[in-house]
Amino acid sequence: MNRSSEKIYILTDHLFRHEAGKMVAVLTRIFGLPNIELAEDIVQDAFAQALKEWTFKTPENPAAWLMMTAKNKAIDILRRERHKKNYEEESSYNSQYEYSSIPIIENLFMHNEIKDSQLRMIFACCHPSLAYADQIAFTLKICSGFSIDEIAAALLSNHETIKKRIQRAKKYISDKNLKFDIPEGNELKKRLDVVLHSVYLLFNEGYNSGNKSELIRKDLCEEAIRLGLMLTENEYINQPKCFALVALMALLSSRFESRLNTDGEIILLEEQDRSKWNTELINLGMYYLNKSSEGNEISDYHVEAAIVAEHSIAKNFNETNWTRILQLYDILTKINSSPVVLLNRAIVIGKLSGAEKAINEIDLIPDVTKFKKTNYLFSAVLGELYSQVKKNSEAKKFFEQSLSLTNSEAEKKLLRKKMSAVS
Amino acid sequence: MKEFLLLFRGTDTKPDYSPEQVQAQMQKWMDWVNGIAQNGKFNGGNPLFDTGVTITGTKKVVTDGPFMEGKEMLGGYISVSAENYDEAVAIAQNCPILDGETGSVEVREVRPV
Repeated sequence: MNRSSEKIYILTDHLFRHEAGKMVAVLTRIFGLPNIELAEDIVQDAFAQALKEWTFKTPENPAAWLMMTAKNKAIDILRRERHKKNYEEESSYNSQYEYSSIPIIENLFMHNEIKDSQLRMIFACCHPSLAYADQIAFTLKICSGFSIDEIAAALLSNHETIKKRIQRAKKYISDKNLKFDIPEGNELKKRLDVVLHSVYLLFNEGYNSGNKSELIRKDLCEEAIRLGLMLTENEYINQPKCFALVALMALLSSRFESRLNTDGEIILLEEQDRSKWNTELINLGMYYLNKSSEGNEISDYHVEAAIVAEHSIAKNFNETNWTRILQLYDILTKINSSPVVLLNRAIVIGKLSGAEKAINEIDLIPDVTKFKKTNYLFSAVLGELYSQVKKNSEAKKFFEQSLSLTNSEAEKKLLRKKMSAVS
Repeated sequence: MKEFLLLFRGTDTKPDYSPEQVQAQMQKWMDWVNGIAQNGKFNGGNPLFDTGVTITGTKKVVTDGPFMEGKEMLGGYISVSAENYDEAVAIAQNCPILDGETGSVEVREVRPV
């Protein structure tokens, strides 16, 4: 045991969590998807060993130590299996696992193969046969190393629900004997869409959720970006829309710090202190937005990222290029004409031609009467627009309705503030 | 300056600890040992395997395996320098093993011969 008195040992943030994702992925590749729990047990075991040993001797490279320990434990298990089998039937040794040759396993623990295994795992966790809610919980558990309680806290759910989702997902991928691979060709195109959607939903859980803890929300956003970046690193997968999604998430995240004030109240884009926007994330977003244009495909992530980018490059709110943003929304509605997209487009029209015009646009949205009653965003926007045209009683009615439709404390605070201004 | 052994028994973690919790606990242990080392009071230490063998009595009876319940299991030790028991106990009181219900630290002064 050696420990120089000068050296301070600080572990990098989320080291264990990130390594857990890697280790489970590689081990699952060795033992097969039906044995994913064995992979999780080995990881837990390696962590327990680290906890015992590192106090006394911290490895020079903690991440490498964890991987090495996982590898040794995997090899032990395979040797034991081989040993047992040798007694049973000497001639034909067939492992129940995917791989049993030691050199192949050594190779699976090489850097590139680890990344490959992680991608296979993302595709398995975001399998189109699983409901999105299950995909997200499962991805957080397996790819991101969250515990059930941490997932429940992050997704504003409870232990039992999340546990069920994960069990359901595990059972599915194990019963169906799914291949642990990266899909190819047309299949890849379809499967990738599901993966990207799931990653974006995960991001939105962090960015838009009513979760009180900023730390948790930020954590989810970072995790989604990390998964997105992983997809961009692989030359078979990195289609333009992967870059576009990373760009979108990075650009949105750049405003994370300026979106809420110290009392947890929402600060609107108009009033945000733009000097607080994270330039590193803006640059990252712009870099990937640029890369996303290398192709002839335009996804909704492309257009959404371009819209967010317009705000990012405007020096202040007054210099926002609303004409350009409206053009982008017009393109977006051709790809995705969801009510929320149309609502946002109407807001932009309001910026260009006045609130009256925006209200008219909103009334043209299909099924708008339903959304006015069920979606807090619709009534919040209408409240704001009516207050701009000084129809205070209308405005108040919509703000009240919106209040009853949101659970987010931050949203509620903002709505109350707006409501008192028109009362 | 006298030498004291701090013997850790039991555990401070649960089997279902999440990676983040493992990391937080790990950082606590490192900070604790770092703190002792920075004061120049850390002499060394080691973890122990959970398995072992006991040899008892004149008949030299050999018993396999861990000898007792989890909470009595010796998991590791460190040696620290301290002026007296009070100081050694003060160091031991910050030991992260005490975060666990079953965790305990035994403080023993080394008798020089």
